[in-house]
Amino acid sequence: MSLFHATVRVTPRPGLLDPEGKAIHHALESLGYDGVGEVRVGKAITLEVEAASRDEALARVDEMCRKLLANPVTEDYRIELSEEEGGTP
Amino acid sequence: MSPTKTDQDAATPEAAPRPRPGDPEITPEVVADHGLSPDEYERVLRILGRTPTFTELGIFSAMWSEHCGYKNSKPLLRLLPTEAPWVIQGPGENAGVIDVGDGHALAFKIESHNHPSAVEPYQGAATGVGGILRDIFTMGARPVAVLDSIRFGDLDSGRNRYLFAGVVSGIGDYGNCVGIPNIGGEVFFDRAYDGNPLVNAMALGIMKREELIKGEASGIGNTLMAVGARTGRDGIHGATFASEELSEDADESSRPQVQVGDPFTEKLLLEASLELIRSGHIVGIQDMGAAGLTSSASEMAGRAGSGVVLEMSKVPVREPGMTPYEILLSESQERMLVVALRGREDEVRRILEKWELEAEAVGEVTDDGHFRIEENGRVVANIPALPLTDGCPTYEREGVESDEIRGLREQNLSEVLEPRGDLSAAFLDLMGSPNLASRRWIYEQYDTTVRTSTVVRPGGDAGVIRLPHGKRGVAATTDCNGRYCWLDPREGAKAAVAEAARNLVCVGALPTAITNNLNFGNPLKPHIYFQMREAVLGMAEACSLFETPVTGGNVSLFNETDGKAIYPTPVIGMVGVLDDVERALGHGFRDEGDAIILLGENREEIGASEYLYRNHDLVAGAPPLVDLVAERRLQHGVLAMVQKGILLSAHDCAEGGLAAALAESALADPERPLGLRVELHDRIAPVALFFGETQGRIVVSCAPDDVDEVLGMARNHGVPARVLGAVRAAEQGFRLDAPLGSIRVDTAALSERYFNSIPAIMDTDGDLPDAAGASHE
Amino acid sequence: MSVKLRVAVVTFPGSNCDHDCYRAFRLLDGVEPEFRWHREAELDGVDAVVLPGGFSYGDYLRAGSIARFSPIMESVVRFAREGGPVLGICNGFQILCEAGLLPGALLRNNGLRFRSHDVHIRVENPGTPFTSRYEPHQVLRVPIAHGEGNYHAAPEVLAELEGAGRIVFRYCTPDGTLSEAANPNGSAHHIAGIVNEAGNVLGMMPHPERAVEPVLGSSDGAPLFESLLDHLAAAAPHAGELTT
Repeated sequence: MSLFHATVRVTPRPGLLDPEGKAIHHALESLGYDGVGEVRVGKAITLEVEAASRDEALARVDEMCRKLLANPVTEDYRIELSEEEGGTP
Repeated sequence: MSPTKTDQDAATPEAAPRPRPGDPEITPEVVADHGLSPDEYERVLRILGRTPTFTELGIFSAMWSEHCGYKNSKPLLRLLPTEAPWVIQGPGENAGVIDVGDGHALAFKIESHNHPSAVEPYQGAATGVGGILRDIFTMGARPVAVLDSIRFGDLDSGRNRYLFAGVVSGIGDYGNCVGIPNIGGEVFFDRAYDGNPLVNAMALGIMKREELIKGEASGIGNTLMAVGARTGRDGIHGATFASEELSEDADESSRPQVQVGDPFTEKLLLEASLELIRSGHIVGIQDMGAAGLTSSASEMAGRAGSGVVLEMSKVPVREPGMTPYEILLSESQERMLVVALRGREDEVRRILEKWELEAEAVGEVTDDGHFRIEENGRVVANIPALPLTDGCPTYEREGVESDEIRGLREQNLSEVLEPRGDLSAAFLDLMGSPNLASRRWIYEQYDTTVRTSTVVRPGGDAGVIRLPHGKRGVAATTDCNGRYCWLDPREGAKAAVAEAARNLVCVGALPTAITNNLNFGNPLKPHIYFQMREAVLGMAEACSLFETPVTGGNVSLFNETDGKAIYPTPVIGMVGVLDDVERALGHGFRDEGDAIILLGENREEIGASEYLYRNHDLVAGAPPLVDLVAERRLQHGVLAMVQKGILLSAHDCAEGGLAAALAESALADPERPLGLRVELHDRIAPVALFFGETQGRIVVSCAPDDVDEVLGMARNHGVPARVLGAVRAAEQGFRLDAPLGSIRVDTAALSERYFNSIPAIMDTDGDLPDAAGASHE
Repeated sequence: MSVKLRVAVVTFPGSNCDHDCYRAFRLLDGVEPEFRWHREAELDGVDAVVLPGGFSYGDYLRAGSIARFSPIMESVVRFAREGGPVLGICNGFQILCEAGLLPGALLRNNGLRFRSHDVHIRVENPGTPFTSRYEPHQVLRVPIAHGEGNYHAAPEVLAELEGAGRIVFRYCTPDGTLSEAANPNGSAHHIAGIVNEAGNVLGMMPHPERAVEPVLGSSDGAPLFESLLDHLAAAAPHAGELTT
């Protein structure tokens, strides 16, 4: 088994109104930051997962996302995975 | 578990602790960094008969801080009346408790979180609410209401807007999540609070009389258990001293300076604690609040006259490698210390497990009167408990009034009695001042109706909640005008008590008792100590006369920024009792044609008013006079009228004066603003007549048929009363006429001004933390 | 022998309106509310289920997202699928959406702040088990208290809700007009409450249980609970009527 570090990025689905993103965009403009495009606010969830392989780790985290970590009605997710160095075989 | 068995030496109270490897040496610098004066350190040496270990020094430092030891305020606090037949628990416990009838007892207390809120407004305010709720449920009472008394610098500063927005959402999010309705409070803005906001939170809880439990470690051999959240490195001694000294860890800078609240855990802890208390498995319980495990364990021992021994390795921690010093002084939130009957530890654990919380046996009650700390059986601290908790040196200082302030108080204000321009315009402007405008923006972020007991919601004179079963209710309010107290601390404190009592009678409650939050600057300065002493004397006089004893509270000193102190702000949290909540009264006028009656007298006073601050940028003059005897008559008169059911509304005249009070009553229902027509015959300067803040006045309304009865009852109670005019439809405008001037404004314009001023200031970019932080002024 | 209707009020860790819901039923005759801890697996033959408001699991991750995995929820889902009436209020509505018993999701209020005040809602469908005592388009005054009540669903879902009369309550002005100003959280189509396709599961953000006595400011919520009892009594004619 190896230890994998997963980062799940959960973001509002494209087209979904994101009032927090809008407010931050407005604030950035008023602070003088021109040329800022659309701002979207999501969250990052970091997890440690034990799995036999990278594929297995990915499959498990993907299942977690579908079941709990993201709401398919309103949110998209992306998984980033890295393997702990010197993980136990 | 028996930590004493592992080391025979430790079993004797005299066992001297050995310094831990890596502890700093105790030098005069280290002592000074811990905030102990040379005299205080001498006293430590006498109590111990030896040099303290580093851990012990930390313990003394925390327990003898102003926050825990009240060293600068204790002699003054003794001047306050604390007893009455209805007082069940006076000062000295987690909260005061009074009898409110029908077998119910009310626990209530106010506490400050000023400094944490100045650093991180959201978490500072949130953890303030968390702490005061724990003080209530550790008495065995279920929290039923919170109030918040908050003060900031003027809102033209981005930093102040950021603090205000953060504090309000911190208070809201925490209370909302735990499910306790917010029923009122106060907010005040003045440059005196720039850089030093005041965040005082008050909570009320209800229990059956027999459910009262105390924070006592009694019963030799009983088990001390740490319950709730784990102990982390948060809030250890705040910023008292450089963090390098805490431990040899290199990564000091990453340590959290801010305590983070977890209202979800608090809710579970609340339910678990009440279940524990009702279960009979425990004999004492206390919040690990300021100074954490140290103060909770030593105070519980001190109150019971017992001793305690704690084993540090048993305390559930959030991070590895924590030293006893850190564990003892951590201020991690949502933790409690309970004293379980010996042999019932598993039952205690089962209750906690049901609520998905931890309980760990960490020590036991001893008979040796010592506060003893062990680490894997090795004694690291051993201090007699009573001298630690009660032996803190106290200081009575010399108080001298500041010449500058006396000069301002005695300033001749005859010039400002001449209005600058149009009175109607001045009035409209005044009603848009953040100190007078509607507070809806604040309390609409607070859940006010959860628990289905709120009878009078925030926005009026006082909040009212119904007691379980039956018709009785309790009312609560917080009050203090810092400007009055700054210009004349004795009269200002009297005014705070008098206003609180007026607010309670306006909703139909009999004023019953007080909790106070004494917010002051640095007491080592003679003019600050003068303010403290005078304020306490004024408070004592008013509380004695009103029969509203002080059952506890909180002292917050050193509220200064760059050497400049806040206004002396002795906040009064007063509670009252209603026999029948269906008689509870609001402050809003009801219908066209209702008569408007003034109880009390108008005087030509303009000193210390919001009008002066706003129009002349001036905080000067004598604050309005307080006639306590007349106030007492007024309270009795209004209460009798409310109980008779002949009033339709009652509202206290406070900041902004008579004109503001009338406007607040006319605009009480934002969906149905009303107009009015009032004629005054007083031949006094209109600025003072309309905007002066003369005390002892209540505006009431009643049906035209009841006018004679209201006037008659006022006469019988020795209260001056006269009909001012009548409520009109909104379209007929808001009209006040007096011999020397008049106000005529459009109701819609007034309503717009009153309701939209604070949203217009706050619903901008200013309250996004990053943006506001960047515009720090 | 008197047989009372039984209504389960589910308590999750962090629920804080469970006692208020319990009390709303206690004020009525012929019904016995009972608290059910979320870890219980079985509903044990109750006649209706209430998921109360609050902050189950602190609203961490997303409101309702963790509570939906509580052991009792399997039984609640089964009960609902079999036609048993389920009422979710505030956090209970959020849990019903997360559990898939109702479509859509509740997002953060469009003003980004928690909002607590009375609102007016219009009864759009008096033909549900929860609304039979109301008149069509009757306007009710009830409190809201939430930070995440902005109802969102895909356009085709909204069309289905509209077409099938599944929108039960909409936010409105005191005279029943729909307006942006009267919509406290930005909800699509001014939605304050919806039912599932079968009509037996109602989710709503406003708190009818806080408006059941005049002394609390409104009793407009009481008929909702009475409607439910009517429905249950009709379904089980031997229950409810024998009590006093």
